[in-house]
Amino acid sequence: MNSPVSTPLRPVIIGAGPAGVRAAVTLAAAGLRPILIDEAARPGGQIYRQPPAGMTRPPEALYGFEAAKARAIHTALAPYAGQIEHRTDTLVWNIERGALDLMHRTADGQPVSTVLPYDSLILATGATDRILPLPGWTRPGVYTLGGAQIALKAQGCGIGQRVVFAGTGPLLYLIAYQYAKAGATVAAVLDTAPFANRIRALPGLLNCPDTLLKGLYYTAWLTLHGVPLHSGVILREVAGPEGAVSALHWRDSHGQDRETACDGIGLGYGLRSETQLADLAGCSFSFNDLHRVWLPDRDAAGRTSVTGVYVAGDGAGIAGADAAEAAGERAALALLQDRGLSVDTARITVLDRRIARFRRFSAALWTAFPVPAGWAQDLPDSMTLCRCEEITVGTLRRTVQADAPTELNRLKALSRIGMGRCQGRMCGVAAAEVLAHETGRPVSAIARLRPQPPIKPLPAATIPADTAGEATP
Amino acid sequence: MSLLVRYAEQSRPPLRFFLDGQPQTALSGDTLLTAILTCANRLRQSEFTGENRAGFCLMGACQDCWVQVRRGNGPVERLRACSTLLEDGMSLSTSPAAPPVMTGDLP
Repeated sequence: MNSPVSTPLRPVIIGAGPAGVRAAVTLAAAGLRPILIDEAARPGGQIYRQPPAGMTRPPEALYGFEAAKARAIHTALAPYAGQIEHRTDTLVWNIERGALDLMHRTADGQPVSTVLPYDSLILATGATDRILPLPGWTRPGVYTLGGAQIALKAQGCGIGQRVVFAGTGPLLYLIAYQYAKAGATVAAVLDTAPFANRIRALPGLLNCPDTLLKGLYYTAWLTLHGVPLHSGVILREVAGPEGAVSALHWRDSHGQDRETACDGIGLGYGLRSETQLADLAGCSFSFNDLHRVWLPDRDAAGRTSVTGVYVAGDGAGIAGADAAEAAGERAALALLQDRGLSVDTARITVLDRRIARFRRFSAALWTAFPVPAGWAQDLPDSMTLCRCEEITVGTLRRTVQADAPTELNRLKALSRIGMGRCQGRMCGVAAAEVLAHETGRPVSAIARLRPQPPIKPLPAATIPADTAGEATP
Repeated sequence: MSLLVRYAEQSRPPLRFFLDGQPQTALSGDTLLTAILTCANRLRQSEFTGENRAGFCLMGACQDCWVQVRRGNGPVERLRACSTLLEDGMSLSTSPAAPPVMTGDLP
């Protein structure tokens, strides 16, 4: 590895959401020339995702109360255009021996892979929805909550005319509000978390009173507009004729079976960090009891167990967009410090306080909207768990009975769960819950799915190009 | 028959394309996913059961929206429908069959 004081490489940031953009701008303001890599064409990440050129709704219509923050992230890179190299439409598909493997397409559509060496790397890889399947979840018309929101903000489309939002988490209420405002009928919001949890979480939620107030506003607005909100429910089944959705079957908090007619369903149980690249970079991980997933070990500034590798934003543990902005800036300041450059220590104190407050808030959110207890115990054998390769709960149960795997990668080897195209992004959380339940072990004791490069599918026609690294600070 | 519903941004210029050999119209700035699902009720069929699929995450994570695409008389490509913008004249397939070469005039 290069010595950080002689000829350091340009720092690399992966992900151009709130964390990655703040990290890039912070490094550029200190005189460095970072490379910012993102799969999307425009900065913003998923939370502040920008529609393609030619769409006309203003940020106020797309991001509501968060419009000013979204606009600030979208415009933050422009003043540093000569310093920040923003590589758009580029996938980082592997990390190995101190270099990134990147894939992008040339103007004529040819996929090309390049190698980019790094000595400092900030991973701001974000999150996707945490999914717990239910029977019928692969039907056309069922989307993740995040997907339902992206359809609306990036494409002006909804996932149906009469839509149910189900699962748990604050996104349920925000997206239901956004759909109702757009003109959709929101048939119901079905939250698996008991309402009492929200009361219990209240002291922690007061760490961010503004965010809490917004949540209360969405809930009150929905109630005022006659949208049925139910807490403490159990989601039973997505029903309909073949290849379509016509109803969601669920059980209310009094144990009564109910059915809500709908043609679209948004499903999600909070968010799940995208940690594949931190894993491939060699970072150590620990099980997080609150999030019920494995997360990269990091200090308060975002330093991982690997020198020169930092994590920031929801990819390092879910805490939301405001926390991601602060963490991106904080990780960049740590990188500057570690390169022996001077930083504003007063600013660090402010950021550390802010980040700690966001973490307390986010911990309270997991109390308010937990993963439903006992989710894995009543699943029908016939339910598809892996949508890539259509592996059922029954297959997992039979595999556990026959071969007694006690670890998730062993179960993967035996059953192919998590081995499909999504690499367990959609089924991994659920598979871990099923294995833990079937073996009577805690989720923390069954390990995590190992990521495999390429972390997303590459076209077989991808051609390797020359190493694209540059040795300028 | 459409699965997605347009609620906003409907005054964009139209784009023409072929879906399973039939001429269709979408809007400039549509992803392949939006273009297909505002005309039809599936994107693809599962390789295992043949059941219809229509994507899931819309953010490039679930990999459940790969479709076959042909530009003019070029080769067939597989592209992720949620993160690829539609181009005028594309021929798309929502089944295991390759999208046909469509070189005739669009209506």
